[in-house]
Amino acid sequence: MLVTLILLVPFVTGLLVFVLRWGPWIGRLMSASALAVLAMGITLSVTTSSHAPLTSLHGALRADALSSFMVVVIGVVSLLAALQTTRAMNHEILSGTTQRQASSYSVLFQVFVTCMLAAVLAANLGVMWIAVEATTISTTFLVNHRRSEKSFEAAWKYVILCSVGIALAFLGTVLIYFAALHAGNGSHSVATLDWTSLMKVAPRLDPGVVRLALAILVLGYGTKVGLAPMHSWLPDAHGQAPAPISALMSGVLLTVAFYALLRFKAIADIALGINFPRYLFIVVGLASLLVASAMLIAQRDYKRMLAYSSVEHMGLLTLGAAAGGPLAIAAVLLHVLGHGMTKSVLFLASGEIHHDEGTTAIAQVNSLIARRPMLGGIFGVAMLSLLGFPPFSLFVSELNMARAELDAGLWWVVLISLGCLGVIFASMASHARSMLLGPSAVPASNDAPRSVVVPLVGALLACAVIGVSSWPLLSLLHDAAKVLLP
Amino acid sequence: MNSSSYIAALEISGGAVLVFALLTLWRRDVKANVRMLRLQGVSLACVAGVLALHQHDLGLAVTAVLVLSVKGFVAPELLHRVVRRDPRSRETAPLVNVPASLVTAAALIVISYAVSTKIIALAPSPPTRLVPIGVATILVGYFMLVTRRRAVSQIIGLLLVDNGIALVTFLLTAGVPLIVELGASLDVLLVVVVLQVLLANMRERLGTTDLDQLRELRD
Repeated sequence: MLVTLILLVPFVTGLLVFVLRWGPWIGRLMSASALAVLAMGITLSVTTSSHAPLTSLHGALRADALSSFMVVVIGVVSLLAALQTTRAMNHEILSGTTQRQASSYSVLFQVFVTCMLAAVLAANLGVMWIAVEATTISTTFLVNHRRSEKSFEAAWKYVILCSVGIALAFLGTVLIYFAALHAGNGSHSVATLDWTSLMKVAPRLDPGVVRLALAILVLGYGTKVGLAPMHSWLPDAHGQAPAPISALMSGVLLTVAFYALLRFKAIADIALGINFPRYLFIVVGLASLLVASAMLIAQRDYKRMLAYSSVEHMGLLTLGAAAGGPLAIAAVLLHVLGHGMTKSVLFLASGEIHHDEGTTAIAQVNSLIARRPMLGGIFGVAMLSLLGFPPFSLFVSELNMARAELDAGLWWVVLISLGCLGVIFASMASHARSMLLGPSAVPASNDAPRSVVVPLVGALLACAVIGVSSWPLLSLLHDAAKVLLP
Repeated sequence: MNSSSYIAALEISGGAVLVFALLTLWRRDVKANVRMLRLQGVSLACVAGVLALHQHDLGLAVTAVLVLSVKGFVAPELLHRVVRRDPRSRETAPLVNVPASLVTAAALIVISYAVSTKIIALAPSPPTRLVPIGVATILVGYFMLVTRRRAVSQIIGLLLVDNGIALVTFLLTAGVPLIVELGASLDVLLVVVVLQVLLANMRERLGTTDLDQLRELRD
């Protein structure tokens, strides 16, 4: 019941928004829906971490500790995004979009969130695929919200590349299904795409076919995760979408696709042994880190800078998953949460900066802290969090992922990624410094209002609290990690 | 249906899917390409139909009808509407010329046989032996997607990839569970609709569907 309700709330809110059209209080309605999802997600996490998974709709939906954790992440990020929706849409309307576009924005926002929730709650890997594909469809027009030449280009690239990627993911899913069909010794076993039954037959799956399937799935879902070399849609789409959508896409959409990869990797780990999946993940993970560090050095646009930083963090997650084991997976999940919150704060703050300054060029923004202390301060602190400073949770998760990689004997991976992280740190810190610091001739004015400051500071505080104490997440994370282990 | 005519029907309809993919690569006229796509959709439905007849599988028969309507009629019809409004419906300058494309396609077919050996080895049967044809269709679709510059040609490439994947699905598993098949078909349809609307907007605002004009987003 609870599981179905989690999907129903945002969906029904979407219907309401569709009927009622855009109004100043639509943002509040959407925030209420996101808050409800978050509350139900937390309840679900607490229930599923101590008890068996919950199922719903005749087993079509299934919530184990891992999916509940993802529901919480989606809840947090969509709450942050929904809270800024009214303001962001007012800005967009000021710069020339219509009320009607704002209406369709809010409907698609709700559809998008519902699809992501469906993807993490689906028991069936085929249904999960449908939901992930539906996120592409619902976000295309969100990327193209401004209808400018640039946003067309971004939306076109996004939908073509991601559709091809996701089509490949379907092929990979079919290959897994084919392997499951022939998992019995001659006799046809009852094959389904249900994840739990696939985990049960996993030891008997044909390694040759699973190997091919996993490679295709990494290519397919990897496109959606934004892993190099399939990342080229990501900076364009994230740069062109309205700020709350960039926050949602970067903060959770990428990791929802990554969640799909984690599920398949768990099956492949059993069917193939850990080596093949591990090295496959290491290759794409390191490629993503290298591409991100190369693209960040001379980056001129701060929204694209944040987008490439997402490529970097997805690479880190992939390397963490490659190490495997309970410590690594718990750290990966903590990183998913920390990155989701930090990156959405940064995208939402950058939306404010874009509106105030009228540009996304790094070179044309300066002395932000002197002119807009709150906004500049939030952006600066969030950058510190993103770059992995303590006490924020990304520091803890990066440290633990590196420890797990060392434990797995992958010291060379740690070495290469530390090199990349050094380059990324230096270039992002210098970009941020040139935007934030410096004296200003005019006194501070026109700073972000409280409706912006409170949620963003709250999210950063939450990151810091989680980073210092791991409270209240530690047991939840370990239960979620256990789901993926045989 | 006896066994030899079953295999022949399967081979003819499966082979037709690849042949139409190659014909799409050969023709540069976008209108003709949409026709090829329609015929390919019909051939794909035939594959599903033949398998359904042979295995007396009702779910698969429903899937065949679904494929016929979505891939054989609705999706090509949507594309046809886009093309009809576009006077310059010719792929003027693909990145790779036609003879070179066809040679590449031949290489891609060889590669698909190499890729599919593991799959055939697991369950050798008449449908599984045809899997390389599906894989080749996917690869040809990809090739079309990356070498053609007209927006409509890219959609056609995407649909070729999708048809190839559908062919592999039928041949390997006689169709995934019906609910997944339904959802997948709906998604494909929605993607085509989204692309069509995007394209209409693009033409309205920018007066072109030539993707070379869109080169602003660079690093």
